Amino acid sequence: MNPVLKLILDGEPLTTAQMGKVLDMSREQIDAELEKLRAEGILLGWRPILNPDYSGPDEVRAVIEVKISPEREGGFDRIAERISKFDRVESCYLMSGAYDLLVVIKAQNLQRVASFVFEKLATVAGVNSTATHFMLRAYKEQGHYIARPEEVDAKPAVSP
Amino acid sequence: MSSSQRFVADHVAGLPKSGIRDFFAIVSQMKDAISLGIGEPDFVTPWHIREAAIYALEKGKTSYTDNKGLITLRREISKYVERFFHVNYNPDNEVLVSVGVSEALDIALRAILNPGDKVIYHEPCYVSYSPSITLCHATAIPVATSAEDDFAIDPDKLIAAWEPGVKAILLNFPTNPTGGVTERSKLERIAKFAKEKDIVVLADEIYAELTFDGEHVSIASFPGMKERTIFLHGFSKAFAMTGFRIGYACSTPELVEAMMKVHQYAMMCAPILSQEAAIEALRNGEEAVLDMKDKYQQRRDFICRRFNEIGLKCHVPAATFYAFPSIRDTGLTSMEFCQRVLQAEKVAVVPGTAFGPSGEGFFRASFSNSYDQLMRATDAIERFVDTLVKEPVAK
Repeated sequence: MNPVLKLILDGEPLTTAQMGKVLDMSREQIDAELEKLRAEGILLGWRPILNPDYSGPDEVRAVIEVKISPEREGGFDRIAERISKFDRVESCYLMSGAYDLLVVIKAQNLQRVASFVFEKLATVAGVNSTATHFMLRAYKEQGHYIARPEEVDAKPAVSP
Repeated sequence: MSSSQRFVADHVAGLPKSGIRDFFAIVSQMKDAISLGIGEPDFVTPWHIREAAIYALEKGKTSYTDNKGLITLRREISKYVERFFHVNYNPDNEVLVSVGVSEALDIALRAILNPGDKVIYHEPCYVSYSPSITLCHATAIPVATSAEDDFAIDPDKLIAAWEPGVKAILLNFPTNPTGGVTERSKLERIAKFAKEKDIVVLADEIYAELTFDGEHVSIASFPGMKERTIFLHGFSKAFAMTGFRIGYACSTPELVEAMMKVHQYAMMCAPILSQEAAIEALRNGEEAVLDMKDKYQQRRDFICRRFNEIGLKCHVPAATFYAFPSIRDTGLTSMEFCQRVLQAEKVAVVPGTAFGPSGEGFFRASFSNSYDQLMRATDAIERFVDTLVKEPVAK
């Protein structure tokens, strides 16, 4: 794996200058590697990972199971792409199992989610049914454990 | 003499205090120090392993176990050792579960040594080797390893150290604190020598899974060596389970039975919850081990490069999570260097002498740490070394 990519995926927040120190590369080389990853469509972008409890008082997140009819030409892709283009949609995945698409959306309140589902999603040609689930509480967000913190400070500062 | 010191046995009174403990006392006085002095993984035990221990507790598993350990665990150990170390041990009578490798080493020494026997070991090494031998009323014979050999053992030096009365050779590859490993051909010479002189080999291979360069080779896997080797291993380092205190010894039925006698009277058995956690570690822990190893390796490359840039010559350890750079060019002793860098820059590293006299001129820095800490610590050490260059030490 690309060493710069590997370092980013490690999850420790580092500046590009620090990444350069770790990998024995100049800052410019790191920037060039990142640009290359972007150009290749591997690195899609940067976003902070926020604790969902603090991501805004007027914000709700929902996951929606969507059943769709695949088309003769294009299969699931055309409908999935069409749904993905809505700004509200954070993520959209084709799934195996009881439904076809799993759509994650974020909105200011329940009504906005509801109107998105009824007015936008359910009316897309090829969408047969939807089942909306509201997220109540996050315990882990993109690899970050956010429930009660673990206490791991019992370690002695020096040990054999 | 009025103090109760008079009650202490002579051979215990004569033991030196652990250099680590002395240094720990200094470090613990200092707030906000960055510590590269920790001899354990910076990772918490993987959750699936902790969860197995919790589940066992919920199920009411709070009893003693078979002295040798749960048979399920011994079977898993047997399979694991065969797969990873290429030695086949019968789980019924050739595997003994212990309270960490520390206990396994202690009962192995007590099982084989008569007063006056001698044991050859290599140095710098883990702090307990020499004292554990002394506690058996036996004599410890150190063989120094050197940075020039990347801290591998030189079989010629080991053979030269032999004298009548040597009963055992104690090997720890990969080595704490140096990260040294010893290649197959050298181990084969040691194995041949052990057979010639009819010597037992104790092989503490606790860091084996954290071998980055080349494949780990166990001396127990050589033809004719299983019969005279006590293989010691555990879960602390690879599985990040130090606090569970769980390890094991594998050997012939006779030697395991002898160790069992000591173990059953001294310890009874390893804690059942730790044994249950160890079963889970062996069944499902490999992915987490590889992930941690990968992270250690990246950090190793970084810290060794930094030490060399700073001017502290540092070989690249083939294994473990320890760097062992030289401070000889600074003109300071290990203890002086470590105390002064702690006072000046609040960075704790362990003086090489804590691991035996041949550790003089080095310090141990654990890279089981975040990049942020490693960067800050190495930058601080660099500032300290720069001040030494400006004000050379008077000789």
